[in-house]
Amino acid sequence: MSDMYGKGILKGLGVSLKRFMETYLDDLVWLGRRYNNDKGIAHRSDKDGRGIFTVQYPEEKIPVPEEFRFVPFLVYDEGPNGEKNLRCTSCGICAKVCPPQCIWIVRSTDPVTGRPIPDPAQFYIDADICMNCGLCAEFCPFDAIKMDHNYELSSFKRNVYDEAGLSKSAAYYSAIRPANAKREDSARSAKAASRPAQVE
Amino acid sequence: MNTPAHVQSLDLSARFPGAIHPDTRPGYSGWLVENANLLEYAIALRDEFGYDYLSSITAVDYLPEGKMEVVYHVYKTTGGAGLVFKVQVPRVDPIEVPSLVSIYPGAELQEREAWDLFGIKFTGHPDLRRIFMWEGFAGHPMRKDWHEPYFEEEGKPFKSRWPEGQLVMAESKNLYADNIAYPHGFNPASQTFDSEKALYDSLQIYQKEEIGLDTDHIIVNMGPQHPSTHGVFRVAVVLDGEQIVNLKPVMGYLHRNHEKIGERNTFIMNMPYTDRLDYLASMSNNFGYALAIEKLMNVKPTERSEYIRIIMAEMTRISNHLFLIGTLLNDLGAYFTPMLYALEERELILDIFEAVAGSRMMCNYFRFGGVARDFPEGVLQKIKDLFFERFPRKIEEIDRFLSENEIIRSRGIGQGVLTAEDAIKYSAAGPFLRASGIPYDVRRAEPYSIYDRFEFDVVVRSNGDIYDRLMVRFDEIRQSIRIIQQAVKGLPDGPVMALKPMYQVRVPPGEAYGRVEGPKGELGFYVISNGKPNPWRYHVRAPSFINLTSFGPICIGQKVADLVGVLGSIDIVLGEVDR
Amino acid sequence: MEQNGLNSPEYEIPPELKAQVAITSLDKIYNWGRSASVWPLMFGLACCAIEMICAAASRYDIARFGMEIMRPSPRQSDLMIVSGTVTKKMIPVIVRLYNQMPEPKYVLSMGACASGGGPFKEGYNVVSGVDKFIPVDVYVPGCPPTPQALLNGLMKVQEKIRGEPIKTARWYKKGPDLAEIPVPMLGPDLIDPRKITLIQNGDKN
Repeated sequence: MSDMYGKGILKGLGVSLKRFMETYLDDLVWLGRRYNNDKGIAHRSDKDGRGIFTVQYPEEKIPVPEEFRFVPFLVYDEGPNGEKNLRCTSCGICAKVCPPQCIWIVRSTDPVTGRPIPDPAQFYIDADICMNCGLCAEFCPFDAIKMDHNYELSSFKRNVYDEAGLSKSAAYYSAIRPANAKREDSARSAKAASRPAQVE
Repeated sequence: MNTPAHVQSLDLSARFPGAIHPDTRPGYSGWLVENANLLEYAIALRDEFGYDYLSSITAVDYLPEGKMEVVYHVYKTTGGAGLVFKVQVPRVDPIEVPSLVSIYPGAELQEREAWDLFGIKFTGHPDLRRIFMWEGFAGHPMRKDWHEPYFEEEGKPFKSRWPEGQLVMAESKNLYADNIAYPHGFNPASQTFDSEKALYDSLQIYQKEEIGLDTDHIIVNMGPQHPSTHGVFRVAVVLDGEQIVNLKPVMGYLHRNHEKIGERNTFIMNMPYTDRLDYLASMSNNFGYALAIEKLMNVKPTERSEYIRIIMAEMTRISNHLFLIGTLLNDLGAYFTPMLYALEERELILDIFEAVAGSRMMCNYFRFGGVARDFPEGVLQKIKDLFFERFPRKIEEIDRFLSENEIIRSRGIGQGVLTAEDAIKYSAAGPFLRASGIPYDVRRAEPYSIYDRFEFDVVVRSNGDIYDRLMVRFDEIRQSIRIIQQAVKGLPDGPVMALKPMYQVRVPPGEAYGRVEGPKGELGFYVISNGKPNPWRYHVRAPSFINLTSFGPICIGQKVADLVGVLGSIDIVLGEVDR
Repeated sequence: MEQNGLNSPEYEIPPELKAQVAITSLDKIYNWGRSASVWPLMFGLACCAIEMICAAASRYDIARFGMEIMRPSPRQSDLMIVSGTVTKKMIPVIVRLYNQMPEPKYVLSMGACASGGGPFKEGYNVVSGVDKFIPVDVYVPGCPPTPQALLNGLMKVQEKIRGEPIKTARWYKKGPDLAEIPVPMLGPDLIDPRKITLIQNGDKN
């Protein structure tokens, strides 16, 4: 058999046939519960996964890991009357560190004294320039801008986001990044506790 | 980087009295050669001192001092540190430097790049045309006094973004709503434009046949839109029936001005841009850049981060080779089946990248002094599962599927041969070089990071044909799995960043060349800093670009159907070729 | 995007008719057939092309949408997925390919670079978005958009196709062919033939 011409091709076809059979066998082993549930999706991405590898978007979505970064968003804390307190103080670090310079910030000034107020008057991000690098979120000292997980952003027009479009609640942030939110919240409360009480 | 110890014993000053002196600028190293003695000096380097491998040629514009400098890096294929030498010429047009193509043929494309972007004429170059920009473009873009129409400031961050950062779209500031400007008095209706003329003129000498029959050779263009998935690459082929007489690659269709933007960025901003060079192997680009800047800053990364870097770099190598196996077999005609099998494994690696770095492809994970963040929960177990159990099994399966296949063997064995001497002459690098019989691997020749602690073999094959290049990559995947297994077993605990995270990095003045063994070859970053927050010069030694120098000579005499196989086995990625 | 009115029919539709949804069954069947078998043009420029290939591979299979036939020839494709940075050297090729595609044709601009220049917008060889030259139907942001985001964009294209009534289809109208775009030329810089008078006059400012 060692000098039969075509042996390599037959070996290759054998591999394809084995994988073909596995797609049916694996479905049978799972008794039809392989699709449209989390366990099935996790099995397909597992080290022992065999059979059909497809995850059928949009009915089945692969859960994104916590560190996943897409476009940024601004975090606001909910006040007692439902008001949105943006954590952003318009320090401008995110605008300075953004590699393609896609963040535009106008810092607000007090109309009476003319001194700057730690609040952005205007905040724009051009998502058609943003390279999703995450440097803005990495270097923000106030945990005010974070990277979102939502990737379903396709639209019929260009994507330039203003402050209103970018703001999402801190509860949403804890839901998408629980470990990071917990660590940052405890760091912030430790820092606030160590500072003497100041006038707000 | 300081002049390495063994080079100081090289008595170049005695051999060439008066013609060369050491480069004594603070933070710089190497030798300065007089323009008139360059050729004699280069021949002596190659023949007497044994530096037979030209790694990189680049140009630097020193506008404040009124000089242009051409920087050369040469190495010995027996291994060891390299030699860097420079030629300085006054910055007055026409700028002329002798060409090294007759001594090191691998200089051909790189000298064309220096002509295109800096305006340095290399006398004696066989075909000095623009390579990235088209013939007829106004100006030499990388010069420091050349500004593009959207130009705002010399260095980022721009003042127009904060604190008075009203949203102004760059298109609204330009008359043509795009990054376009014309010379004064330009009237497009009064002339015709033909940027292809220079290319076809250079191919004309091959077009006439000398035997008695009155035949013509035809020129066929392959690309830039082409089903072979390497990107926007064009080849102008002169054909005699089915046989290739000569061919010239045409690039620049993805020239994204990485180096000019790199000079404007701060050092930390360049890290996500390096992801987009070789976009199939982003961690390895990050690695090279981090090495170069760490040399300048004199910072050593932490132990744990060194192990993490090695694991990530080797996973990137496996992911890149899997993609190559898929696309090469797609090009050879096995259509999509091997690609689906290979990409399935690659998806599992990309899952790990997404969990660790945040993105499947554009990882932006390395920082100066370590890596950006530590592994999250459960990732180390996933890596162990994959590389101790699944991958060794699956690679054997794909190997069994492909390597004895008679069709692949007949299309691969003996086709597209690159001999060992040619490979060194044309500055081939990476698996492309090792498939031709030269066991040069940067991880062994000049070990960086902690590669000297791991046991792995340098994979070499001797024939230099398409089949060997494919098999070299299978073997490299096996060696990478071996390295990852050792690294995972030895992973220490500890911090992953040696420095505090800061976005304004202070880099002392000097130059550094950081090179890594990327999946496609030797990837080098040549960075010059003058103490400011932005680099003065930032150059990428791209392996795919330089490997293409031998593409023409390999294909002469082959059939046109083999051209696709050869191109696939060289493994180019256009983000790197065109930068 | 509203670029030079390239995608609008040559007469004005009254506002009350614009909001009308086409509910004739002929429209539905016609559009169902078209939306279920869109053939993309195999046209990968840069990094986004790799995610497009991954979308066509086994995990995110676009064959489920009828789109696995990626035709290399523009004459046989319906959808041009511009995936990657559009450079000035490449734009004449892109425009020529767009002109060669038969009607009905759609363009999906994938990634930040094709939508608006992306991180390389300031580059001297980069066009700030492919919609400066050809009309774009759907923009998918991201750098690169994950294959799931691309599938979301493709579903939006399908949604757009299903909402197009036959009565207002551009390719059934009589009159001059609105879809042919003049191919740009490469002179001292990129020259758009539609802006020649602007170039000649612009110098006087």
